[in-house]
Formats: sequence, structure tokens, C-alpha cells
Amino acid sequence: MKISFTLNGKPVSCDLPSNRRVVDVLREDLGLMGTKEACGTGECGACTILVDGIPRLSCLMLAAQLEGRDVTTIEGLSKSGETLHPIQQAFVEAGAVQCGFCTPGMVLATTHLLSENPRPTREEIREALSGNICRCTGYQKIVDAVELAAEKLTEKGETA
Amino acid sequence: MKVLLPEILEMLWEVWEQNPGAEVYTGGTDLLVKLREGVTWPPALICLERINALRQIWEEEDTVVIGAGTPHTALIRHPLIQVEFPVLVEALKVLGSPPIRNMGTLGGNIATASPAGDSLPALYVLNAEIVLTDAKGSRTLPIHEFITGPGQTGLGPREIITGIRLKKTAPYTVSRYEKVGKRKAMAIAVASLATCLRLSPDGRIESARLAWGSAGPAIVTSPEIETAMSGQPLTPELLRGLIPAVEREVSPIDDIRATAVYRRKVAANLFLRLSGISEGGASA
Repeated sequence: MKISFTLNGKPVSCDLPSNRRVVDVLREDLGLMGTKEACGTGECGACTILVDGIPRLSCLMLAAQLEGRDVTTIEGLSKSGETLHPIQQAFVEAGAVQCGFCTPGMVLATTHLLSENPRPTREEIREALSGNICRCTGYQKIVDAVELAAEKLTEKGETA
Repeated sequence: MKVLLPEILEMLWEVWEQNPGAEVYTGGTDLLVKLREGVTWPPALICLERINALRQIWEEEDTVVIGAGTPHTALIRHPLIQVEFPVLVEALKVLGSPPIRNMGTLGGNIATASPAGDSLPALYVLNAEIVLTDAKGSRTLPIHEFITGPGQTGLGPREIITGIRLKKTAPYTVSRYEKVGKRKAMAIAVASLATCLRLSPDGRIESARLAWGSAGPAIVTSPEIETAMSGQPLTPELLRGLIPAVEREVSPIDDIRATAVYRRKVAANLFLRLSGISEGGASA
């Protein structure tokens, strides 16, 4: 079926089987490999994308559900596409990336958190990222990174 | 397998008529996992996420009606739900994870009818009524009649849950939902307990409603324990004295998450912890 939606700010129209999982559409059909799949059952958060600005799991969404939606993947976060978004930069600087597999999901969940709550407490950060599992970092550096990102964005007077 | 997205209920009945074996879903957080496991493979899927009529929350005199397709996050943030039904908000806050709560819906949690479904103990203590609708009309069932066993409900063929009715006038002064799992987020309950109590100013229990999750084939309630508590001061002694009754009322099973013996112990301990409810629990 013909499906039209906005992907990382650009209109996209493609012919897809309506029951194809969104994570497969993004990775296999559209070549955007930043969205990861780990558990495939909604337990790890690696496949998190923003749909109309809200974190959703692309392994538990089907292509037909994309119609008319505004989708952001990790590839669309940096407006220029060349320099890192301040949140991505904060993850690098805080040492919040080890194997990197959870990072796109963590960064997108952070984007949503900071858009609603520009200066979250560490407890609020832990809660907002509680659907994203990381098996390397022990989470401390990730929480540090979100705090750093919040500082960077508020200094610049930007929102996530 | 095609996926259909009707935008109004009339369209749903039409597409369902044309695709008789279709299964319906809204958030997809349960059904899509089953599809992946090959547990079910219907000829078509009907997604209800675009039906706005299923996402409304409104008041009818002393009752709040929640559209069955309302995502958990929207309920947690809704001022009316926060004020009137804090026990439900507390339960939904520990359901799944933030993205699961953005996708999953109250109607879906009820239709899945898992004994571990986090909204269910709260809905039992609130005496929720489930509105079921098909092409011909609607009927209403109390939640304990609607859920008949693990994964088993009274849903008729080509019928969906359209709403959840909750009476606002529940005269409770304190409430709590407590869940024990392997970790805080993304954990299915080993056992849970939803409680609403009306306490008199001198600490006596005027009335009590209790419901345990993951402690039997369906949510466990006990008129016997509720009656035994009423009129009594809320003390550790009272609760300790009722532990044999709690252990008798629950009928948990062994599974990958815990043994029946451990679950029975946790169900009893959650009950004992009610002695601190006036200090720690959300006020109703």
C-alpha cells in the first residue's frame, strides 16, 4: 500500500506491505540503520523513534500506522546533518557511549524529556530513560550526559 | 496480512464485516509480540489508533468515562483522573516503560486480561464497569464478570471495549498500588496489591477495598478480608491476624518470574505493609 509520512523533516512516500514493521521499513527499505533492533518485543528501547514528537517503539508499529505521521530517527536529530546535535555531543563528552547500540534510543528519549522538562533532576532522567536498557555503561554516565545536554541547551536558549 | 485503520466506529464494523477473521489492536504492545512469536497470524489486522471517539475522557453525573483507546501516559497526566482515581494513576505509572505507556491503552490492558496486568487491581478496587460495543449496540459488565480467566474475557465476536466507567464518589481517604517485580521499570509483577481505604479521623477503617495481581488466575479480591477489616483500627496487629486469610485467598502459580510459594509470601507482605499507608500512600 502507498504510505506517505514525514521522515526527519522531509516528506516520504513509498509503497510498502501494510504489515511491515516500522523498524524494518526504516532499516531495510529506507537504509536508515541508526534505529537498532535488539529484543523485538518492546522491552529494550533500542528501536525508539519519535512519532509526532513522542517516543514509540518501531518494532511494535506497522507500516500502515506511519500514514500522515511526523517521524524523527537519530539520523534526523542534527539539523545540518553534519555537526552533532548538542544532546549527541553531550553523550560523547560525558563518556555515555560504549558499544553504542542503545545510544540512538537513549538520545531520542532524552530529546523528548528535555523538550518537556528542560532541567530535569537525576531521578526524572532515570524515570524518562527507564524504557531504554544499556548493558555497558551502568547508566551513571548516561545520566551525566543528559544533565550536560540540559546545561548546553539552556545556555544556548535552545529547546530539544 | 493487511492492516486497516478505520477512523470512525461505523467504518470499523464495515471493515470487520469484510475481513471476518481480523484481529483488532490499538497500541500493539501485546498483539505485535504475539505475531512475532507466531502465536497468532490472522488474515488481517485492524488498528483502532485513529478512532478519536475511543480516546475521549468525559463525565456523566457521578461517573467518569474513559475511552478504551486512551494511552496510559494520557491518563497519568489527566487532572480529573489524578484527582479522582489516584490508585489508577499509581498503577499506570509502573506499567511497562515510558514508550510502552505512550503506546499501550487502558482498553488493551483489560482485553489482554493478564493476571499481571497493572491496571487491573486498581480497576477492581474502583469497581470499574466495562462498556462493550458491537455493530448492534453496547452493553456494560462489571470488570470481575468481564475477565473470566488468564487471557480470557467475555468479549463477543466482532465486539470491542469502547469505554471504562468509574464512579467518582468512591468514599476513600487513602489508596496505594504497590508492585514487586525483578526490577523497577520494564518488569512484570511477581505480585501486586491495590488498596483503597476509608479511614476515620481516629484511624479506624470504615471501609476497605483490596485487589491482588499475579496472585491467581484472575485478580484476587476478598470480601471476607474486607469485612474483617471494617470497623477495626488500622494496626500491624490487625493485618498480621489476617495473614492466614490472605494466604488462603490467593492461588498463585509457579512460572518463569517466581514460585507460587514466594508469590504467596509477597502477597501477604504487601498486605502487612498497609500499616504505613496513611504516611506513604497517595491520598485519595
